[in-house]
Amino acid sequence: MATQHSRSAARFMMAPAVMLLLAWMLVPLIMTLYFSFKKYLPLRGGDLGWVGFDNYVRFVSSSSFWPSVTTTLIIVGGVLAITLILGTLLALLLDQPIWGQGVVRILVIAPFFVMPTVSALVWKNMFMDPNYGLLSYLWEFFGAEPLQWMSHASLTSIITIVSWQWLPFATLILLTAIQSLDHEQLEASEMDGATALKRFWYIVLPHLSRAITVVLLIQTIFLLSIFAEIFVTTAGAFGSKTLTYLIFQRVLESQNVGLGSAGGVYAIILANIVAIFLMRIVGKNLDK
Amino acid sequence: MARAVSFNRKTFNTVLAWSIGLLIFFPILWTILTSFKTEGQAIADPPLFLMFDWTLENYAIVQERSDYLRFLTNSVIIAGGSTLLGIFVAVPAAWSMAFVPSKRTKDILLWMLSTKMLPAVGVLYPIYLIFIELGLLDTKIGLVVVLMLINLPIIVWMLYTYFKEIPSEILEAARMDGASLRSEILYVLTPMAIPGIASTILLNFILAWNEAFWTLNLTAAQAAPLTAFIASYSSPEGLFYAKLSAASTMAIAPILILGWFSQKQLVRGLTFGAVK
Repeated sequence: MATQHSRSAARFMMAPAVMLLLAWMLVPLIMTLYFSFKKYLPLRGGDLGWVGFDNYVRFVSSSSFWPSVTTTLIIVGGVLAITLILGTLLALLLDQPIWGQGVVRILVIAPFFVMPTVSALVWKNMFMDPNYGLLSYLWEFFGAEPLQWMSHASLTSIITIVSWQWLPFATLILLTAIQSLDHEQLEASEMDGATALKRFWYIVLPHLSRAITVVLLIQTIFLLSIFAEIFVTTAGAFGSKTLTYLIFQRVLESQNVGLGSAGGVYAIILANIVAIFLMRIVGKNLDK
Repeated sequence: MARAVSFNRKTFNTVLAWSIGLLIFFPILWTILTSFKTEGQAIADPPLFLMFDWTLENYAIVQERSDYLRFLTNSVIIAGGSTLLGIFVAVPAAWSMAFVPSKRTKDILLWMLSTKMLPAVGVLYPIYLIFIELGLLDTKIGLVVVLMLINLPIIVWMLYTYFKEIPSEILEAARMDGASLRSEILYVLTPMAIPGIASTILLNFILAWNEAFWTLNLTAAQAAPLTAFIASYSSPEGLFYAKLSAASTMAIAPILILGWFSQKQLVRGLTFGAVK
């Protein structure tokens, strides 16, 4: 039903958003690519000329590269496993008829709205501090030696903090998906004698598969770039340096822009691999 | 249509759900409680839960020492400004995609989404350099623009899904009655779109308020919002639990309250319509 008039109006109305995003994407991207092929040290001589793929080779051959990849995988994998498993269980529970469901939902969702710097600091100091943290009291109460969380269990600490922040997201989305399940089908299978485990495995889980995939992909994209949680807890020490944090240190702390930019290009490629799968699901849904 | 379950099972589920809910909420509750203690009580052994002398002095000290209100103002300006600017840019775009779709609409929407996937750290230095060149480092206007840009895909996307739900028959009827494009938008669409726009504003305000990569890396003393203010407590001299708790409580309270209203929008806004 669109007329020629409204078509040109539409293009005109879309222009600001499209052009802004195009500039936001292309300008920094081209600059990062440009710097990644240069030896560029703003505080030590500035632009020292083209070096080809030297930065790319040096970034992956530096001694901190592979540890940072391992750290990133452990953190992302750990948080995904915890949030998806607990999120599914919690969503199943919250889908049951209970008293005060609305209030429980609010309690469960609340951590998602706490700013990352607050949750990191509160956990680090008030829970995981080896002298005064609440978890230390708990450990002592059961006769155990309090843990040096940040220095001896840095990855466990960060995974705990980040999982606490993202569990609400997984739960909420899986709960939304579960609620769209046809409950009559479940009741029918129950009458036919299917056990709870079988009902979960053959009816609930297949129904949830797409929601689980979406949570997995979206969380991966956000988790690959967690920053504040590391910045205020360990600042990258004690083996908690992720790829994102390594690039941040190269660029802003040691001001080796060429090297950091090459790392940035790696991070962009990595994120895009994940993004392609997410876009495919989202795109399919648009056609409906 | 409540499902029939036995009373015992419902009681068991209720107790279990409440226990888990309280456990998850506990760190927030503990922070709020600690903010009302004295520093001595905050680290008391064994920990004090409710039986302590409630005091408001931490709030006064935090405000007095660190000028909390300035950071709060910065947060409100940055989060509010970037959201409103984003809405201003996104409403026309989402409107045209929802009501005058073309073959490329889907591609444009997906492409916009893909810009959201760009890892911030990959473009950190270019943005940093541009900010220095333009004199935007540590300014509120610089952050307003950056946060508007990183949230623009979500804003466009959310508005698009809301606008899509407005039946196009109504627009056709208005056109038949001779409404111009302008009055069509102003008198027919806008009133129906307001709930969707309000939800979009709410969620994006929350996202911008909590953003902690650009706000930490692009601000220093002048434009620092609450995220950076709290991060400054990570230095050892900031290790006063009661004051840290008071500062944290003040930083998260407004958003916790707003967040409770935005549960539904959260699903829509962050899954891009892939989960309904």
